[in-house]
Parts: sequence; structure tokens; C-alpha cells
Amino acid sequence: MSFFAALGRPEVLDLARQTHYFWALLPEIVLTLGAMLVLIVDVIHKGDRSEPSRGSIPVLTLAVLAATALANTALFGLRDVSANGMVAVDGFRTFTNFVYLVAAALCIAISMGYLERRGIMKGEFHALVLFATLGMMLMGGSRDLIMTFIGLEVMSVPIYVLVGFDRMDPRSSEASLKYFLLGAFSSGFFLYGIALVFGAVGSTNLTYIAETLGTGTDHGHERLLMAGMALTLVGLGFKVAAIPFHMWTPDAYDGAPTPVTALMSTGVKAAAFAAFVRIFAVAFADAGAQWVPVVWWLAAVTMVGANLVALTQGSVKRMLAYSSIAHAGYLLVALLSGGDTGKAAFLFYILAYTVMTAGAFGIVIANSRDGEERVTLEDYAGLGLEKPWLGAAFSIFLLSLAGFPLTAGFLGKLYILRAAVEGGQAQLAVILVLASLVSYFYYLRVIVVMYMRPARSEGWHAGAGLPLAARTAVLAACVVVVAMFFAGAVPMRWAEQSALSLWRQPAPVAASPAPASLFR
Amino acid sequence: MLRPYVPLLVLLALSVVNAIFMVVLSTVLSPGGATKVKSAPYESGMTPLGNPRERFSVKFYVVAILFIVFDVETIFLLPWAVSARRLGWAGFAAAGIFIFILTVGLIYEWKKGALEWD
Repeated sequence: MSFFAALGRPEVLDLARQTHYFWALLPEIVLTLGAMLVLIVDVIHKGDRSEPSRGSIPVLTLAVLAATALANTALFGLRDVSANGMVAVDGFRTFTNFVYLVAAALCIAISMGYLERRGIMKGEFHALVLFATLGMMLMGGSRDLIMTFIGLEVMSVPIYVLVGFDRMDPRSSEASLKYFLLGAFSSGFFLYGIALVFGAVGSTNLTYIAETLGTGTDHGHERLLMAGMALTLVGLGFKVAAIPFHMWTPDAYDGAPTPVTALMSTGVKAAAFAAFVRIFAVAFADAGAQWVPVVWWLAAVTMVGANLVALTQGSVKRMLAYSSIAHAGYLLVALLSGGDTGKAAFLFYILAYTVMTAGAFGIVIANSRDGEERVTLEDYAGLGLEKPWLGAAFSIFLLSLAGFPLTAGFLGKLYILRAAVEGGQAQLAVILVLASLVSYFYYLRVIVVMYMRPARSEGWHAGAGLPLAARTAVLAACVVVVAMFFAGAVPMRWAEQSALSLWRQPAPVAASPAPASLFR
Repeated sequence: MLRPYVPLLVLLALSVVNAIFMVVLSTVLSPGGATKVKSAPYESGMTPLGNPRERFSVKFYVVAILFIVFDVETIFLLPWAVSARRLGWAGFAAAGIFIFILTVGLIYEWKKGALEWD
């Protein structure tokens, strides 16, 4: 990346110097400026409601996301030596940042046409998606629990609004209120957990927490730390939608406008999982005896429960919501399994999962009409024959979600299984395989209905389809899903390098600002 | 290790006892008997006008948000102004970024028509 070096980017960052934060936060800065630009451009265009000026907003939004992705490449090869930075400068952050940007870009692309049809084409939508993406980047890339919390809020508040964006639709408003109430509650849990962890360890800095727990010295606050970890786990479990903290998920996903559902089940989940990995798998690694059994059960119950409930769903959108809960279970297995092989499998799977889930929701959008969602299983009957391209694309996404060979989902599950067996979680691996077998039934049922049942009436699927940009995005997602199987080694090597950087200690954390024992 | 928390526990117990005491005492001592006149809403001695659950314009809400935004700005900028010399140019830049973001919000609200009542 000689380009950024030529612009004066230092090779080694020291976050004790404030000017170095500019380079550490370059993608976030670009995204913030871009989001504000989108907000202002929309409001200035408010006067003339002509179509061209409206149509420029999504394009501008995609341009902002592209610029952010470019700025994100400035993080390649950066190291930091500071003891107490607020943001992590490592490959893990670079990788997950790309995942959020892909999720946001797919969300914007598949929302084209859909927003107009539902009559909610407003610029705030795009600005809010950008602000939510900013929150994801801050949450997943933070190296301090306070920063994680701020990121969580910056991400969640726009999402609460986006869920209720169709305010004329009572279901959308209901979903928004439900998500907001439970989300605010879980934020409270998370914050209280942070306070207790701070009380036990003496710092909110994740590197410092890892070092303190790693030295094995008795800090004398065993129970305080346990309570703190438990509350933090509840907060994160809610955001990643793991059973038993999943009760909001089906309703919120079902009621939200479909592009927002796509963003929630991909970007939001990825950010929460990235924070989960940073906090539990890295910072609390040496307190594993306390939290690993709990997360083990969370993973097992999530995989089994979500897949069983998904079997009974008559609505495809709701089925995809439960499928997203089940995938949280698979990702928890990757989180539990071993060191960097598990985290590399996690990164690979979150990327594959983001692409295939967003693509599947794209097809759900293609099947919707003016003021009609058309999400029941019967609505999909005959789609595969009348709209062969939509049917084929949906089949690929569903097969990938199920983990069928020749798709990214298969390879991702394989990597997770390998990491689980190598990392001594063979029982979880068995549960994962059995749970995926159950999931085959409900994914394949949609494909069967699409191809083997006649449409409800003549010309039922006449209006199904997407505008050109959205079609391109779905097609690209399709290609990526297949390509990640055949060329899976390439993203996997990148994921392995990124995962390795999680454990690289930036510097000896000898001179810490906070005393280890505050209450003694 | 938990010894310093004992006063906190005592305070907690006292407040619970106090709360129960006050509720019980007011039930025991109050003359009781809610008549129709007593349970009517009190509006400065006048007969209540209109529905108490009247819906009011969302504009009040927007103005309130606007007020809070500038309230928070004041809260942030006053301490900065007091110690501006000690914080130097870095502090100036940070405050500048803060005001810039706030200005964007103001432009948004202005263009959105939040500053016009009609």
C-alpha cells in the first residue's frame, strides 16, 4: 500500500499520539463525512421531488461505501505499539470492516426499487444505513469496552429507526418498538457488565484485561468478574440473537422492511460477533473455565432450537429469520473452537454468511409487489419455472445456507467443523452436523415448492423482478457464493492471517493507567 | 474484602424500611374514603377543560430535541472554554470537529423545516 505511505501514513502507529488516530480511524472518518454528506444532499434536494435527484442518493451512498472500503485498505500492514488505544489496529478489524461494508452495500443495492414501491423512499434511509455501518465498524474494531458500547449504540439507534421506517405499516412499528425496548434493556445489561468487569480487573481496555487475566495472579475479584462476564454475555447474546435471547428476532426481522432485515441479519450480527470474539475469545481467554461451558450450551441450544422452530415456519422471511438464529449457533461454535483456526473459520463463515443471506433477502424483495410482501411458501410456488433466473439464484443461496457442496456455506461449515474437532469441541461438531441435517429440510422445501408446484394463478409471478442495479448485486452475490467454494483457499488464507493478528500483543502493558485493585 | 460495602447495605435496608414505613403509615393515618370530588383532576381550582389525553403536535418534540442538542453543546463547550489554553491546538481541533458535526445536524434540521412553526 505504497499509496497511503506516500500520503504520509506511518508504518507503526502509537495511539498515545493523537494525530496517529487519524490513520487508525481513516475508514471511520471517511464514512462519517460521507454519511453527513448524504444527509445534507438529501435534505437540499427536498425541494424538487424529481426522480433523477432522488435516484442519485443511492448511487452517492454506494460511492461513500466504496470510498470507505478504499480507506480501509490503508489499514493493511499497519501495526500499533500503544498500550492503551481505543481502537484495535489489526487484520481482524480490516477483515470485519470489509464484511460490514459488503453487507451495507448489498442492503443499499437490493433496496433500490423496493423503497419506492413501499413508498418509503427517503434519504434518511441511506444516511441511517451509513451511520449504522459506522457503529458496526466502531463496535467490532474497538479495543476498549467503553468504545464497544458506544459503537453498539451508534449501530443500534439507526437500526431501531430503520426497522420502523415504514411508519404507516403497524407491523413495522410494532417490530421497531419491540426491538427498541428489548435492545435498550440488553444495552443496560451490557453496560452493567462492563462496570463490573472494570471493578474486577481495574480497566476497560481489552488488552489490559487479557494481560491481567493472563498473568494468573489472583486479583481477588473472582465473583465480580464472573457477574460482569455473565451480564456482558447477555448483552452480546441479545445482539447476535442466540437462544434464549432471540425472542425479538422473528418479529423484528419479519416486520422490518426487507433490506433492513438483510442488514440486521448480516452486518449487525457480524459486528456483534466481532465484539464477542474480541471480548470473550481474546480478552477473557484466560477466564475460559467460567464462560466456555455457558457459551457451549448457548451454541448447542441455539443450533438445535432454531432449526427445529424453523421447520414449522410458513413464511419464507420468518424462516430466514430463524435460519439466521441457527447461524449464530454455528458461529458460536467457531468462536469456542481453539485459537486462530477457529477465528479464521469464523471470519470465513461470517463473510460467506453475509453474502448468501443478503442475496437470499434480495430474492425475497424481488418477489414482493406494491404494498404486498408475498412471503408465504405458496407465494413462491412456480417461481423457479416462470422466473428461472430468480429461482436459480434463490436455490443457490438456500443451498449455501444449508451447507450444500459446491457453495461457500459448505466450505465454511467444513472449516468450522475442522476447527471444532481440532480444538477439542467434537461434541459441538456432532450437534452442528445433526442440526444442519434438520435445516436441509426447510431450505430444500422452498426449492421443491418453487420448482414442483404450480403457481397460485396464471401470471402470478408476472411482476417479480429487480431493477438493474439490484439484479447486478444479487448476481454478484451468487457468483461470490459459488466462487468461495472453488477458490475458498484465497479468502481462507486472508482470514487466517487476519485471525493471527488478534493475539499479537501490541506492546508490554506495564505502565497501565488504572490500579489493578480499586476496591481493596 | 466486602467490608467497605457494609454502609451501603445498611443504607439499602434503611431505604426499604423507610419506604414501607411511609406507605403503611399513610394508609393507616389517612382519613380515607375517595369521593367523586376528591378523585377529580385538580386544575388550579377550575373545572377541567378538554380531554387530558389530548394529542399534541410532533413539533414540540422536534423543538425539544433541538433544545437538548444545544444544551449538550453548551455542556461540552463550557469546560473546554475554561481550559482552552491548557488543551492547546489539539483541544481546539477536537472542539472544532464537534461543532462541525453539530452544524451539519443544524443544517439538516433547518432544511427539514424544524425551525418553522407552520
